[in-house]
Amino acid sequence: MFAYVMRRLLMLIPVLFGMTLITFSIVHLIPGNPAKVILGEGAPAQAIADLEERMGLNEPLYVQYGNYIMGLLQGDLGTSLKSKGEIAQEIWPHLAATMELTFFAMLFAVIIGVNAGIISAWKQNSWFDFLAMVFALIGVSMPVFWLALMEQWIFAQELGWLPAYGRQDSRDPIAEITGFYVLDSLIHLDFERTITILKHLVLPSIALGTIPMAIIARMTRSSMLEVMKSDYIRTVRAKGGGQFLVIYKHALKNATIPVLTVIGLQTGVLLGGAILTETIFSWPGIGRYVYEAISFRDYPVIQSGILVIAFMFVIINLIVDILYKKIDPRIKY
Amino acid sequence: MAETVLELKDLSTHFFTDSGEIPAVDKVNLQIHKGEVVGVVGESGCGKSVTSLSIMRLIPSPPGKIVGGEINFKGEDLTKASEKRMKKIRGKEISMIFQEPMTSLNPLFTIGNQMSEAFRLHQKISKKEALQRSIDMLKQVGIPRAESIVHEYPHQLSGGMRQRVMIAMAMSGDPEILIADEPTTALDVTIQAQILDLMRKLNKEKNTAILLITHDLGVVAEICDRVVVMYSGQVVEEGSTREILKDPKHPYTQGLIKSLPKLREKQQRLYSIPGTVPKPKLGRVGCRFAKRCEFAFDRCFQADPELISLGNNRKSRCFLYEEKESGVESDVNSTIRS
Repeated sequence: MFAYVMRRLLMLIPVLFGMTLITFSIVHLIPGNPAKVILGEGAPAQAIADLEERMGLNEPLYVQYGNYIMGLLQGDLGTSLKSKGEIAQEIWPHLAATMELTFFAMLFAVIIGVNAGIISAWKQNSWFDFLAMVFALIGVSMPVFWLALMEQWIFAQELGWLPAYGRQDSRDPIAEITGFYVLDSLIHLDFERTITILKHLVLPSIALGTIPMAIIARMTRSSMLEVMKSDYIRTVRAKGGGQFLVIYKHALKNATIPVLTVIGLQTGVLLGGAILTETIFSWPGIGRYVYEAISFRDYPVIQSGILVIAFMFVIINLIVDILYKKIDPRIKY
Repeated sequence: MAETVLELKDLSTHFFTDSGEIPAVDKVNLQIHKGEVVGVVGESGCGKSVTSLSIMRLIPSPPGKIVGGEINFKGEDLTKASEKRMKKIRGKEISMIFQEPMTSLNPLFTIGNQMSEAFRLHQKISKKEALQRSIDMLKQVGIPRAESIVHEYPHQLSGGMRQRVMIAMAMSGDPEILIADEPTTALDVTIQAQILDLMRKLNKEKNTAILLITHDLGVVAEICDRVVVMYSGQVVEEGSTREILKDPKHPYTQGLIKSLPKLREKQQRLYSIPGTVPKPKLGRVGCRFAKRCEFAFDRCFQADPELISLGNNRKSRCFLYEEKESGVESDVNSTIRS
C-alpha cells in the first residue's frame, strides 16, 4: 500500500508539470495586455513599456514560463496585479473557505444521498423509493441560485433561524489559525463561536450539496440494485443471512466503488469553487477570488487560482484511487 | 427405507411476468430420505433450479411465488414458515451451493470472513473461534494450507477451490440436507470428479442428504441413489439411478440416455431429441413432451398424463404405461432396442 501511494505521488509530477503548462498558456494566449489594464486605457506608451519590463512581460514566453516554474518550486505564486500582495498568502484564506464549505456540503450530500439510495434500493418500488427518487430528480434539475435564494428567503428572512451571508459574525471576526473557522474556533475552545460558524455553514452547504446529494442517491440506488442481483448475495441469504447483513455488509461494500467515483468527482467540482453559491452567500471562496481576478485581468491570480483548483482535483482523484484499492482487493495498478 | 427428511407435495412455483403467469414448477412431488443422494435431472429451463430455490424460499419475489403445495421438512411446512424461521433453517438445516463458484463468493471479503459469518449466524461463538472452525472445516473439504487461505480473497483461488470453500461453508452448520445446484457444471472434468468425491465423502461421513441438481447424467450415475427427471416444470420419471439408467421408461429419459456419447460404439453423430423444451405455460393441455416424442399418439395431445406408479418405487408420467395391458409397452421397448 505504501509503495502504491509513493508511486502515485511520483506520477503526480508529470501531471502537475502539464497543468502548469496549460494554465500558463491559457493566460498568455488570451488577448489583452495586463500592463495596459493596470495603467488604464489612456496611459502613454512609454509607461506601458516600462511596466512590461518590470513585470517581465517583454521577455520571450519560455523565459517567462521558466521564471514562473522557478517561482512555483519555491512556493511563490507571484504577485497580484490588483492588490500587489503575494498570491500564495492571499489565496489560502479563500481556498480554506471553499474547502470548509465543500466539506460540509459533501458531508450533507453523502449522509443523506447514500442513505436515501440504500433505503430506496432496500424498499424498491415502495412509496419511500418513489418519493426519494422524485426528490432526487428535482434536486438534480433545480438551479442552485434559485435554491439558495429560496433558502435565504425562508430560513433567514422569514423565519430568522439562520444567517444568510458570510462565514461568521462580521462584527466579531475570529483570530485565524488554519483558515478553517470551525477548526479554529475549536482550537480557541470558543464553542459558542463554533455554533455561530456552523450556523453560517448550514444554508450554503445545503444549497451546494443538493445536486451532489441527488446524484449520489441515484447512483447508490442503482448500484445497490445491481449488486443485490449477484450470486454472492444469494449465497449470503442461503447461509441464513438477513436483509440487514445483506445490505449493509455485502451489498454496500460492493456498491461503493461507483458511488465513490461520483463522490470524488463532485467534491472536485465543488472545490473548484461555486461562484454562484459563493456570490449569493457572500462566501469569500476561491471561486469568487478567481472570478474577480478574471474581471480585472489579474493574470497571475487567474493562473495560480486555476493551478490550485486543478491541484485539488488531482489530489481528490488520488485519494479516491487509494480508497478503491482499500475497498477492492482485486484492483491492481 | 430411512425416514423422510424432506417431502415436496404438489409444489407449484409460478413466475408472474409481463407476458403472463409462468408455471416454472408445476405440482412437483419429491422425497428425500435421511442420508440419501437424490439427483434432479433435466434440461435448462425445466424448473430444477426453481424447485431447489423454492425449498430454500429464495425465489426472487417479485416475480416468483410459491402458489401451491407443501414443502415438508421434518414435519414442518416450509411454505408457511416465516422469514425469521427460514433464516434459522437456511445454512443450518438446509444448505445450498451453486453453479458458479466464481461469483458465489463476495469478492471484497476474505474467505475466513465469509466462512466465519456462516458459523456466527447460527452459533454464538467468538470471531476467533469461528475462524478456527472455518480453518478446520476447510481442511475437511481438502483445502491445503487452510490457515493462510482464510486470509485470502476469492479471486486468489481457483474455481475448484472456491467450490470447496462453498461446500465447506454449506457444511458449517452440519445440515440435514445439502442442495447442490449444478455444483460441477462450471468446473474442469478432473475437478468435477474431485468435487463429486468430496460430496460423496461428506454424505457418507456426516449422513447429510444431498439433492443434486444437474443436467449431466454422468454426474448422476457417479453419486446419486435415486433420480428424478424433470421436464417443463414437471416430474416425468422417478426411480433408482441403476434402473433409470438401465431401463428408462419415459420417452424423454430414453432420449436423454440415448444422447449420451458412448465409448464403445462408433457413432457418426450424437443422438439429440428433436425440437426444444417448450416454455411452461398456464392452461396447456396434453403431455408437455408430446411434440418431441416419437411415440406420441392422439391422447398425448388431449389429456395430461399422471405420474404413474410402476412398482419398485418407479414412476413415469406417460400414457404408454397406463395402457400397459394393451401391449403398447412391448412395442415401445422393441422400438428403442432396434
